[in-house]
Amino acid sequence: MIQIRGVHKSFGDLEVLKGIDLDVEKGEVVSVIGGSGSGKSTLLYCINAIEPINGGEIIVDDINVHKKNTDQNKLREKLGMVFQQWNSFPHLTVLENAALAPQVVRGLSKKDAFEIAMKELEHVGLGDKFDEYPTRMSGGQQQRLAIARALAMEPSYMLFDEVTSALDPELVGEVLDTLRLLRDDGMTMICVTHEIAFAKEVSDKVAFFHEGLIEEIGSPNEVLENPKKERTQQFLSKVLH
Amino acid sequence: MNLFTPLSWNDSGFILNGILNTIYISVVAIVIGTILGLIVGFMRVEANKVVNLFLGSALDILRSVPLIIQLILFSTYIGALGHPMDPFMAGSIILSLYTMAFMSEVFRSGFESVPNTMRTAARSLGMTYWQTVRYIRIPIGMRAVFPSWLGVALSVIKDSALVSVIGYMELLRTSEQLISRTQQPLTILLGVGLFYFIISYPLSLYGKYVERKMSI
Ligand SMILES: Nc1ncnc2c1ncn2[C@@H]1O[C@H](COP(=O)(O)OP(=O)(O)OP(=O)(O)O)[C@@H](O)[C@H]1O
Ligand SMILES: [Mg+2]
Repeated sequence: MIQIRGVHKSFGDLEVLKGIDLDVEKGEVVSVIGGSGSGKSTLLYCINAIEPINGGEIIVDDINVHKKNTDQNKLREKLGMVFQQWNSFPHLTVLENAALAPQVVRGLSKKDAFEIAMKELEHVGLGDKFDEYPTRMSGGQQQRLAIARALAMEPSYMLFDEVTSALDPELVGEVLDTLRLLRDDGMTMICVTHEIAFAKEVSDKVAFFHEGLIEEIGSPNEVLENPKKERTQQFLSKVLH
Repeated sequence: MNLFTPLSWNDSGFILNGILNTIYISVVAIVIGTILGLIVGFMRVEANKVVNLFLGSALDILRSVPLIIQLILFSTYIGALGHPMDPFMAGSIILSLYTMAFMSEVFRSGFESVPNTMRTAARSLGMTYWQTVRYIRIPIGMRAVFPSWLGVALSVIKDSALVSVIGYMELLRTSEQLISRTQQPLTILLGVGLFYFIISYPLSLYGKYVERKMSI
């Protein structure tokens, strides 16, 4: 389980997170929505310890993420993350992309790493692309590769940061299908997304961010269909039209 | 008695020795210059302003003082200190440093071409800082600048002719000696020029080919 308690985060004088509380239970899918600059990406970076925090705490299973003696590389093995930009490693084939971290981070033999990588690539529908170089693939395929690459570390949690925002519209579907697949596998996920319909469909919980705070949180039905807060209503009417 | 003896097959061993020495010192300078250039180029990307200012000025000096002056200064100075150094040693040191100065700029731009988001992605997979350097930043950065690397390497082969001024028997000095014995400068210099061309031209074609392939 991920426990986020009173997290504050500033970049210089700019306070981006102003006290975030959020629990993510095992097997849950939590969607995070909100306007640009509201701190959604920053929260994911803080969970992953890519960014330090200025107050509060984040606990992943029994690891206190931002404590001094925490092994953050160990922590990241539990947390898979996929970004808006897919960041395929251009010098490696698809299979090598997915096998690299299992090999060098988990210390698996090449054979075992390739086995896991193949399994995950097949899972996201890239079973026929092992020897392809990623730069020759579509954005949707590369984003699915990024998902498989994260899954090959066999993480307990997946963090998605607007993974469809940089895609051409006709490629969004295949990536969302992959996320549905993960939800059906029972993966615990936090999805920052602008796809309101998708959030409605897959989430157990939806959190609406506004200026560094969670303005409203609840079931998709509560937050997306019958929002109580005025800001949520305004935001939804803006993105739905 | 005839002072001059024409060029003959007996000279081929002597010429071959000159060719091999040219190749030898070029390879030494390219290898050492590449390794040091990679390290220094990386430091320039990672180091703070003060270190960078210092490194930058040192490299500027190496790049802007003509190689021939650096060679003469170094070997004379070392000699004057009472530790004469053999020409190969002195030539290798200066040529390697000179190469390093150019290579470091090449690799610096290579490292800078690796997007930050790529590093974040690698870190998020659990890689340590040094694993990211080794498996992501170096291979991607080096590939991006391969054509420029090759350009520097080719000019090192040509610049190695200057090491003749401190007495290293590379191809140019070999040919100067042959010229003074045979008085056939035209033939010999044409031959020497042809050698540099034969080595450089295919490599530069290859560089252009790689460049075109990468730009697709
Ligand atoms: N590394 C950084 N240094 C300084 N400021 C930053 C940094 N990263 C983010 N910010 C600022 O923090 C604020 C929140 O950014 P964040 O990326 O978390 O927003 P977001 O909710 O993900 O927005 P978007 O929907 O546009 O992705 C923004 O004002 C942004 O400019
Ligand atoms: Mg964002």
